Parts: sequence; structure tokens; C-alpha cells
Amino acid sequence: MRIPPRAVHVGMLGILWSVTLAAIGTLIWIIGWVLWHGLPSATPHFLTSMPQDSGAEGGILSVIAGTLFIILGAVALATPLGVGTAIYLVEYTRENWVTRVIRYGADCLAGIPSIIFGLFGYVFFVITLGLRWSILSGSLTLALMSLPTIIRTAEVALRSVPQGYREVSYALGATRWQMVLRVVLPGALPGIVTGIVLALGRCMSETAAVIFTAGTVLPDRIPTSPGDSVRTLAVHFYLLATEGTSESQPKAFATAAILVLAILVINVSAYTLMHRFLARYR
Amino acid sequence: MKQDSAIRLILLGLAMSSVAALAVITLFIFREGLPIIFRQGPGSFLFGSDWDPGAEPAAFGIFAMIAGTFAVTGGALLLGVPVGLGSAIFLSEFAPRKVATILKPALELLAGIPSVVFGYIGMLVLSPFIRDHIGGSGASVLAGSAILGIMILPTIISISMDTLRSVPRSYREGSFALGATGWQTTWKVTLPAARSGLVAAVILGMGRAVGETMAVIMVTGNTALVPKSPLSPARTLTANIAMQLNAAVGEHREALFACGVVLFVIIMVLNTFANWVAKLGKRA
Amino acid sequence: MIPIVEATGFGVSLAGSSVLRGVHLQVHRGEILSIIGPAGSGKTTFLRCINRLSDLVPGTQVSGTLAVEGRDVFSPGTDVVDLRRRAGMVFAVPNPLPRSIYENIAFGPKLTGIRSRDRLDEIVERTLRASVLWEEVKDRLHTSGTKLSGGQQQRLCLSRTLALDPKVLLLDEPCSGLDPISTAKIEEALQDLKKTLTVVLVTNNVKQAARASDRTAFFLMGEMVEVGETGELFTHPRDKRTNDYISGRFG
Repeated sequence: MRIPPRAVHVGMLGILWSVTLAAIGTLIWIIGWVLWHGLPSATPHFLTSMPQDSGAEGGILSVIAGTLFIILGAVALATPLGVGTAIYLVEYTRENWVTRVIRYGADCLAGIPSIIFGLFGYVFFVITLGLRWSILSGSLTLALMSLPTIIRTAEVALRSVPQGYREVSYALGATRWQMVLRVVLPGALPGIVTGIVLALGRCMSETAAVIFTAGTVLPDRIPTSPGDSVRTLAVHFYLLATEGTSESQPKAFATAAILVLAILVINVSAYTLMHRFLARYR
Repeated sequence: MKQDSAIRLILLGLAMSSVAALAVITLFIFREGLPIIFRQGPGSFLFGSDWDPGAEPAAFGIFAMIAGTFAVTGGALLLGVPVGLGSAIFLSEFAPRKVATILKPALELLAGIPSVVFGYIGMLVLSPFIRDHIGGSGASVLAGSAILGIMILPTIISISMDTLRSVPRSYREGSFALGATGWQTTWKVTLPAARSGLVAAVILGMGRAVGETMAVIMVTGNTALVPKSPLSPARTLTANIAMQLNAAVGEHREALFACGVVLFVIIMVLNTFANWVAKLGKRA
Repeated sequence: MIPIVEATGFGVSLAGSSVLRGVHLQVHRGEILSIIGPAGSGKTTFLRCINRLSDLVPGTQVSGTLAVEGRDVFSPGTDVVDLRRRAGMVFAVPNPLPRSIYENIAFGPKLTGIRSRDRLDEIVERTLRASVLWEEVKDRLHTSGTKLSGGQQQRLCLSRTLALDPKVLLLDEPCSGLDPISTAKIEEALQDLKKTLTVVLVTNNVKQAARASDRTAFFLMGEMVEVGETGELFTHPRDKRTNDYISGRFG
């Protein structure tokens, strides 16, 4: 018997609806579950005091500070490289074999798993360059990892600046660099910032690449130099979750809640920023 | 004009950074990992079933880890591909515009959640559930596959949606004009037109699953044996590296970098293949 | 006296196909020269070669010579930036930059290093007066240029170009999207401007050419058919094709 096409359509639509709802439901459940279990323990005291007893007691102040130093260092290193690459690709060249090589490099870099970055950072920055487990090693490794994100978003942002603005700048006697600096970059800025914010989020949630480059030492003070070894939020949470005792689980949950909350804020603001930016030129 | 050339040269230098990074990463991983593969013989390294760095002499065969990686990845695709493609099709073809503009970024949020958080949920919720209701110890290929299946959703959904949206609207209009239903149009016109991009999305999702580390460590049990069933524990290549790197010295460390080499090659093959498939579709 | 713009056997091809051939044309100091012709006749291409904006189109190749103030535009030693300041351009679609009226006008002068507030104030007022816009915007110089009406935007673009202190003004169908009143204001401004500079006006509007210019050149399908005193060309065209065009038989 042949099922009428109309019925097939309705049936499939139902299936697709449920599948999508299941995916969304899972997402909401994951976030809700972590926040539900973690937020009650994430008190102001927890955020502003130093960890004690391997993290089973006290707070996560030094961990938060270490995380901020590492991820800010990473984007500070990656931004000039990534934005420079995008400016070169969009404003200073036409498509040719050089741009293909550059794009291929960025695409491959984007596909490399974080554990490989961890291995590389460990053998190159930590051992070969002698930077040891430190904020610097971690930032350098994460900078390489976030390079493709920054390049891609900056390229999209630069390309969305209307071509007419470039013509006008030239017609008004601007050199190419003056045009880039005074017209294109200001126009593309929100889009570029979106990429940087997204990269911050990726760095913050990273574990495998950081654990072998920044170390696992739990500092009892705010780090003062790029050579200090630190533990990031993600690493701290991982270690509490897998090596901690049952007494340290509330602290693990609280750390996870802070991590998820921070990433939520970062991603939502990046998205809003991009949305507004794209609306501007539409 | 001199200034222009100077600036162009500086920017070109910056633009070469990602190529240089890729080159240096490849160089160092291979330099550390390749010697032991050739000392031991690629056959016995890849297909040896014994991994025992503590033994005398130490045994470095990674077949169990390769099997574990593919078992977990295969399971993840079984879950992630239907859900991912289904959501992508729904959001790009059938969902009201407003629903799509809210749900797409929400699903992309999944990509931002740290893998350690996924692992923790697997550890505290999924593994106990499997142990109590399905069997085995809980820490298993099944648990790893389920978690990874969720984790690869954003990759599959966002690439598939981009592909589906790039199918010209005229194709759909033509089909509707001939009296096809929405689903017939999707099944017979849109999906075939988007086929290569969808395949690329699945391959890239597979790449993510192969490369995922922390979540897998936390849920698969990490026994270095070829898994016999979905309920057996397994150890992936990534887990093998991450669990032992801190304690490894000498040959052991080299062997871990050799795992990195194998992983690197698998990922490169997958990404190149995905790129090739996607380009194939654009040419047609 | 050297013509301010001089084309000798000038031609342009784009990706191998010819879009402009054998143009011989001189623009004299202090005149308004119109270039008329149907779409695709090559008049805008010609205009964009004078200030080398043609560089932005990949695959553009030129033959013959084109000189501004006696200097070959396409010779390798040309300082393109300086050329674009000497030959200022206003585009068909008003395109103020997304910044204030004041900053739009100050953009060009600032590029050359003029920082003095007084100098900039003076330039802004002088150029806005020249384009008959000053009275309308003098109280809101620091509001966005994109908030103005279309006709005001186009006059802002004219002021902005005048701020470069160009020797020749290149206008690419500057009134194509404007209402008659705005058009009249721009034409009024042009009559004043020709006391101090030279204007090349590309226009689709035959009547505008007849009203506003001293001489007129007629382009058709990549060739210059004829050039002459505007009154002469419109009353006694030498070429039949010119006659057909100005009497509205095609285009």
C-alpha cells in the first residue's frame, strides 16, 4: 500500500521536530544541570578566596586569575597575527597560490585536535624553549589554537565593509594603508571583536592543550609573572572531578558552574555583537 | 608607494604565521614520534595488541587504542549523524524563521561547553545509568559514544545548515510548482543537491570525535584492550596520550608522540577528504 | 596652455574585450565638459581612468595616453594618491562615510596631515558653502552624514571632494538619483565652482548637459562620436548618431 505523500510529509515533519527538540532539550538540560548543582556552592566567598587543601576547601581566586592571564595572553598574541592575516587576504592581495597556502594552513590548524596542541606545546614551549609549565607556555599554545577562529571572523568582518567605502577613500586621496586604518578597520571592528571574544571562550573551555603547558600546580597566591605555573578553571575542575574526594565534589560543581556561566556570557555577547554588526550593513 | 610595499611585506609575514605554526607543529610531533615507529616497525606498532610501557622489555602496540578510537567514533556517528542532519534539515527547510534564528545559535552554544563538563555528566549520570539499566560497569564504549554523539552535533548542524541554505531557491520552487510536498522536495531535490556538503559535515564531525580527549577519558574506562561489545571499556588514542604524558620518559614518551603522529595523520586524512568532497560538490 | 585633461588615442580593455577605443579629447581649464551617451558607452570607464580608480577593477588594460596637467596618468612613476587629490571624484550614488558631516569633509585634509582645528573649521565651512549646503547643516555638523537626505548627502560628497582642493572635478552622474530641486542646487554650485576649477560631468541626462556645460562630448559603444560647444552640438550635431541620441531616438 502506498502512503499518501501528504501523510509522509506530516510524519517526517513530526520526526524532525522531535529530533531538534531532543537536541535543544539536551543542551538546556546540560546547562541547567550544571548550574543547578553548582551555583549554590558558588558563593562570593568561593570566588574571592584562595584554594586550600588541594581545592577541597577555600575558593578559586588564584585559579580565576590564572585563567584570565592565560586566555588574555593567548588572544593578545593571536590577535595581531590573525587580524594581520585577514587584512593581507582581503586588502593586499588577490586570490592566488599564496592565499591558497595561507588558507590551507589556517584550515588545517583549525582541524588539529587540542591534545596535539598539548603535545606540541609541551615538547616545544615547555621543553625545547625552556619556558617550563607557565602562563607563557599556555598562552603561546592557545594562541596558535585560536588563530584560525580570529582569522576567519576577521576576514568575514573585513569583507562585509561595503566596497564603496574603499572607493571613496581612494577617491579622497587615501593611501591603501590609510584606507585600511581609517575606514575599513573601524567599520569591521565589531566583527573582529566578536572573533576575539569567541576565541576567549574557546581558550577558557580548553583543557587538553593547557594541562601539559601551563601545568597542574594549584597556586595559593595570584600569579605575578608570565613564568608562573598556574591551573585554569577547566583544568582545576577536571582534577577535582577525577582525582578529588567526595568532599571536593561540591567545589567541583561550583567550579563547573562558574566555567559554564562565564562561557555562556562570552558566547551570548559574541553572538549579539555579530548580529548587530551584520545588521548595520544590511 | 615604498611604504605600501613595506606594509604588504609585513602583513604577508603575519599571514604566514598559521602556515609556519602548522609546519613547526608537524615537524616536532613527527620528530618526536616517528623514530620509535620505525625502530619497532610500523606493523608491530600499529597492529601490536600489547601496550605495556612498564614491562621489560616495554611493549608498544597501539591496536587496542586504534580500535577503541574507531569504536567510540562509530557509535558517536550513529547517534550524532541522524540527530544532527535531522535538526539541520528541520532548521533550514521547515522551521519558522523566528524559531530557526533562535535555535541555531542556541545549538552552536553546545560547541562552547567545555569537554570536561560533558565528561563530568557522562561520569555522574550516563555511566551509572548504563551500569544500572543496561549492564556492564558503566564506563564503556557506549557511554563515550553517547557523549561524543552530543558533542559533534554543533559541527554537523552548522556545516549542514550552511550547505542546505546554499542550495538555490529556484530548485525548491521548481519542485513545489510540480506539486511536490515539502518533504518530497527536501528528499528528492534539496538533499541530493546538498549531498557533498552533508558528507563533508559528517566527516568533519567524525574528525572532532576522533580528536576529542577529556570527555572520553572521563567515561570510557580506559582499559587498553580491544573492546568486545558496546558495554566494554575502551581506551582511545587521545586518552592514551593525555593519561600518560606527565609520567612518561624516554621510549615511553616517544611512543606517546607516536600515538600523536597516528592521530595527526588520521585527522589530516579526514579533513583533506572532507575538503575534497565539499569542493567536488561546488564544481558539479 | 596645456589642457588639464588630455586623451590621445586612449583605449581601455577589460579582461581582453575592448570597452573604449581611440578617444581623442581635451578638457580646458575653467570649463564644464559634459560627457553624454547611453549606458555601456564607456563614459564612466573613461572618467574612472582619469583618477586611476580603474586600478580597482582587475584585468583592466589601457592603450594610448591619458594625461592630467600634462603628466601621463598611467606611467609607472605616477603618484596615484596625489593624482586622486588633483582629480577629485563624486560618485553616482551618494556615499558618505559612516561618520559625522564634519569628519566626512575633514577626512581628506586630515590624510595630508592637516590637524589644526581652525584650518579644518575653515575648510568645512568654505566647502559646504560652495556646495550650497552650509545653511542647511551648519547647526548639526557633528551628526552623522548618513542621516541626511539623498540630495544633501550628494552635496556633502561634493564638499568632501572640494576639501581636497582638486584641479579638476570628476562627476559621475551625480544627479541620477536626485529630485529636481537637489539637482538644481548642485548645478548652481557647479556654475560658481568653474570660476576656480574644471569640471568633467558624466551624465545620463541630456538636458542637464545642455543646461550646465560649456562643451559636450558624445560617447557611443566605446567610441567618442563627437565633441563640441554645447549649444552647437545640440542644435547642429555633425553626426547622425548624435542627433538620434539627443532627440531621444535611443538610449
